Amino acid sequence: MIPEDLRYHKDHEWVRANGKRAVVGISDFAQENLGDIVYLEMPKLGLVVKVGDEITEIESTKTTSPLYAPVGGTIVSINEVLEDKPELINQDAYHDGWIVAIEMNQPKELEQLMTDEDYETFLQKEEH
Amino acid sequence: MEKLIFEKSVEGRRGVTFPTEALEGFSVDQVLPKEFQREIPLPLPEVSENELMRHYTRLSQDNYGVDTGFYPLGSCTMKYNPKINEDVARFPGFSQVHPLQPKEASQGALELIYELEQILSEISGMAGISLQPAAGAQGELTGMLITRAYHQGQGRQRRKVVIPDSAHGTNPASAHLAGFTVQTVRSNRNGLLDIDDLAKVVDEDTAALMLTNPNTLGLFERQIEEIVRIVHDAGALMYLDGANLNALLGLTRPGDMGFDLVHFNLHKTFSTPHGGGGPGAGPVGVASSLIPYLPFPVIQKAEGRYLLDSNRPQSIGRVHGFYGNFGILVRAYTYIRRLGAIGLSAVSRNAILNANYLKKKLEAHYPVPMDRSCMHEFVVSAKAFREKGIHAWDIAKRLIDYGFYPPTVNFPLIVPEALMIEPPESESRETLDAFAAAMLEIRKEIDQAPEKLLGAPDTCTVGRMNEVQAAKQLNVRYEPK
Repeated sequence: MIPEDLRYHKDHEWVRANGKRAVVGISDFAQENLGDIVYLEMPKLGLVVKVGDEITEIESTKTTSPLYAPVGGTIVSINEVLEDKPELINQDAYHDGWIVAIEMNQPKELEQLMTDEDYETFLQKEEH
Repeated sequence: MEKLIFEKSVEGRRGVTFPTEALEGFSVDQVLPKEFQREIPLPLPEVSENELMRHYTRLSQDNYGVDTGFYPLGSCTMKYNPKINEDVARFPGFSQVHPLQPKEASQGALELIYELEQILSEISGMAGISLQPAAGAQGELTGMLITRAYHQGQGRQRRKVVIPDSAHGTNPASAHLAGFTVQTVRSNRNGLLDIDDLAKVVDEDTAALMLTNPNTLGLFERQIEEIVRIVHDAGALMYLDGANLNALLGLTRPGDMGFDLVHFNLHKTFSTPHGGGGPGAGPVGVASSLIPYLPFPVIQKAEGRYLLDSNRPQSIGRVHGFYGNFGILVRAYTYIRRLGAIGLSAVSRNAILNANYLKKKLEAHYPVPMDRSCMHEFVVSAKAFREKGIHAWDIAKRLIDYGFYPPTVNFPLIVPEALMIEPPESESRETLDAFAAAMLEIRKEIDQAPEKLLGAPDTCTVGRMNEVQAAKQLNVRYEPK
């Protein structure tokens, strides 16, 4: 199920926006494809990113994959529980498995992201 | 399960007894100052010779290798290693030379190095070769360092290396290690490089495109000439990851396609052992304009004599002690000379035939996402079985119970639940049929008894590992009690 209240980036990050604050994680599709996540390099607090910048890396038993910034801004919060329990991303990608919160400098960038319906269509195309 | 050798230790037990008379009146203090001596004796296992032999012989019998069975590990070309290679590498003239002995006394060894370079040059169409890099990934790094030196030699700084999303993970690692940033270029729906995306990504800051051809899906990049044109028009170099050269021998050459650099994996293409992490060899070939940047020393022939030239002002320097792993070079040379030009092209033809034969036998049962004639390997996807709770590695583990080494899984990354199957030329039709039969049996089990896959392997000394725990809590050190 793809939650309705989120926005989605083409590299499978989701965004839960509240005012200027954007909580970011990876989609269920992304965690399913990564497989068991064993390590998350802790992102840097205060890091300033623009759309598409690499925030950190997620390591699974299959591969290592970058987490890209779906919106630009400053990283103001990090889900520190993931340092010891990165598997939360597998277990609950859309809630407990959130990764960072970004203070957006241009909340209008949200409009560039996909809605849940767009993302569903996008996934169908990705899967050919 | 076999106990550790440490757990078999019995205090005071010895495999050999040393004569004591010779040591009478001797004290370690005479040769080693007190401060360098151990305070606690080294906790070595204490066992008899026959216990030691039995222990390691039993462990070796738990191994699986190309000498025990079919090993269809995609992208790794696990071909049989002919034993004549070992005989030749043990000739006293090769095994008892030392790189520091006078050059006049090692002309035979130098001749073999020189000739192997000539042969690889002929096979690849590259003007210059260095046999020094000790492995494929070191060959990649050497190639990237040459790329950097070349652009600097042209008086320009280029920072970016472009790499397809289907590439081996070593490619971005090597480019990064050489100081480049990496930009990914996408594959299209046919599993080939997306030319439009490439044209957008390649610019004046691009140092090189690292490409594998045939690519990791086992597909030949049909638009290679157009790809080369785009990259060369931007003043960048074409680098070939030679992992898949086993598909090209005597059929086409990287140099003729327009590549400027290539690395070879002697253990993949030229039948040297993969074993145990080395010693290996990953030679590099370059176009004539890049020869000045090759690692030194460079071997040369003058008036019938062979010599090593270290006076190479533009060289990137040494990448290995002396001249690489010579014993491995002897094995590759033996393989090539034994087969000759016609034999080598038969290697590639048979590798391609084997892969297409096996693909035909499997494709009705396991979906092939990018379906057309393949080269030496092909990729099937187990994604359709996810709803039954079955993943690619469950199929892989079950294959072990059927007596086969599993294919590469979850690579390339662009295919979900990938199983990458490479049946090298050295495998018979009977072997391929037996493997296909096992795969078809497993396909039935997926529908009728998926628990057989989830519990596999059942037949091994060691069962299924907890992959997450193995990645997070790796503990490989024995601590004496």
